[in-house]
Amino acid sequence: MLDASPLPLVRVRDLKMHFPIYAGLLRRRAGEVKAVDGVSFDIMPGETLGLVGESGCGKSTVGRALLRLYTPTAGSVVIDGEDVATLSPEALRKKRPTMQMVFQDPQASLNPRMTLAAIISEPLDEHTDWSGERKLDRVHELMDQVGLNRAFANRYPHEFSGGQRQRIGIARALALNPKFIVCDEPIAALDVSIQAQVVNLLEDLQERLGLTYLFISHDLSMVRHIADRVAVMYLGQIAELSPRDDLYARPLHPYAQALLSAVPEPDPVREATRKRIILTGDVPSPANPPAGCNFCTRCPKVFDRCRVEEPRLAEVEAGRFVACHLYGDTNKTAG
Amino acid sequence: MPDGALPVLDVRGLKTVFRTRGGEVHAVNSVSFMLRPGELLGVVGESGSGKSVTMMSLIGLLPSPPAEVRAGQVMLGDRDLLKIGPRALQDVRGAKVGFVFQDPMTSLNPVFTVGSQIMEPLMRHMGMNRAEARKRATELLALVGIPDAQKRLKAYPHQFSGGMRQRVMIAIALACDPDVLIADEPTTALDVTIQAQIIELVKDLRQKLGMAIIWITHDLGVIAGIADRVMVMYGGQVVEQAPVAELFADPRHPYTRALLKTIPSLTGERGARLQVIEGQPPIMTAEPVACPFRARCAHAFARCEAENPQRRAVDDRPVGLGHDVACHWSPEGV
Repeated sequence: MLDASPLPLVRVRDLKMHFPIYAGLLRRRAGEVKAVDGVSFDIMPGETLGLVGESGCGKSTVGRALLRLYTPTAGSVVIDGEDVATLSPEALRKKRPTMQMVFQDPQASLNPRMTLAAIISEPLDEHTDWSGERKLDRVHELMDQVGLNRAFANRYPHEFSGGQRQRIGIARALALNPKFIVCDEPIAALDVSIQAQVVNLLEDLQERLGLTYLFISHDLSMVRHIADRVAVMYLGQIAELSPRDDLYARPLHPYAQALLSAVPEPDPVREATRKRIILTGDVPSPANPPAGCNFCTRCPKVFDRCRVEEPRLAEVEAGRFVACHLYGDTNKTAG
Repeated sequence: MPDGALPVLDVRGLKTVFRTRGGEVHAVNSVSFMLRPGELLGVVGESGSGKSVTMMSLIGLLPSPPAEVRAGQVMLGDRDLLKIGPRALQDVRGAKVGFVFQDPMTSLNPVFTVGSQIMEPLMRHMGMNRAEARKRATELLALVGIPDAQKRLKAYPHQFSGGMRQRVMIAIALACDPDVLIADEPTTALDVTIQAQIIELVKDLRQKLGMAIIWITHDLGVIAGIADRVMVMYGGQVVEQAPVAELFADPRHPYTRALLKTIPSLTGERGARLQVIEGQPPIMTAEPVACPFRARCAHAFARCEAENPQRRAVDDRPVGLGHDVACHWSPEGV
């Protein structure tokens, strides 16, 4: 991760986000949910990093901790030269315009009592001292950029469809010319025929404005389309981080293999002959992860070492990082 | 799937309307289909296409008002479910027709044990006493792959994970050995690895029990792997219907063709840009007089505005049995 020549825009090192569990009559601290437990990655300027995994794996928490919507328990998040994880509140506020978020549910993330213009210009109200006229100009410009008709500026979110609402959320995120946008499942709530519209918009904007994305999703085929590199998370940790084409052609981590093989494909001929890796059981609780490798309870290739020793994320091939003993230093030829 | 067998379910000209303050919404417009014994029929469509409403109309699951089944015939064996009345329909639901819903958390009752919820239909429909029902419930839980079934009967739904809850739902739906199982987006709320488990389970149960299944989904990938036949719905109508291999190999309706192109693939060529179906799905405020897809269709012409296309066979097999499409256009030219 350190050998690339341009400086990464986002550099995350050993990020931990633990949530306390309080229990008993006196609400004593009884343990903690290790939602994110030691995650490291870089995102290059203009790159899209896909972050995939199943519900509860901590992918959304990573996104939120990156933008300091949660204060991380440990680790550093350097975005554009400053460690967001430790910034003072005042400095953080000044930092906010460079980093923005597009949320999953456009229904819940837009205030139903605000007009579209008010929603999109709210970041401008907060962070600029522009005149009302200038702000309205900017709102109109943003609406053009995301493909919303200017005439709708005084309408309310409920008058729009899901896809259009997501465009409103994107316009709001763009208002302050951010460099980095966390897209947290931006298409999960949309119909198939609308998803493509929103993804194409995100790609166009990236090209035009030079944006850098963290694209969080559970939709592996959409991530293959949009991401340059992909990180696969399992139970609060990154199992594999690889360039897109390498990952989809030949996943290395057993969990990445199982995950990719579980995705049904719209091709009955292939589906009939495809060999699936069916994982047994459920994901363990992040409050009580297993000893050793966190995937050892479900891994089809588990061996003794996995139950004792936690594998570190290590570069096993050029640009490919895997946390698995199968590719450990003791047996470099494996896989 | 024997081709000549009598259908277990034969639906003709079903029309369902919702009466709302803003006027009527024609959610289902003249939907016809049949289901043969042991067959798995996939129903594909986006939200609002009428796929769920169609299936809920069949067995009177829609609250009325606002819903009103205005026309049609639903033959289950030799009985028309739309005519037999609410009491008789109760005997059909759960006994002859099982239903699995999308969200296993909201469709299981949180204050009753899983065991009592599986035993309820057994006692209600099969006339079993508690002991018999408990024995059968244990068998059912084991059948759907829940380990330690006897002990798990006493557990409450919140003590199960999402995938396990969906297994419980399937156990309840199968309790009375139904002729037809209707599964409405049964894996949509689940993660892919859990979805793969449930799909394997259903394939396995089909082999063991041989019931006919209607599987509603918006995921063409899921359909490709399990369905025998597929029905594509749009704007409350069936726009295309075909055996699964034919539908994917030779889609005839512009909507089906666009839908198949718009989803990115896990393998193969990675397109630089996703194909887009512009516009929004329609809200059917009146009985359609034109093709519901015309506004988004790349091939629309004057006739599509003037006349709502009827389903026509693509080859010499009759409509509903082979490959049919409701479109004035054809890939070979009009």
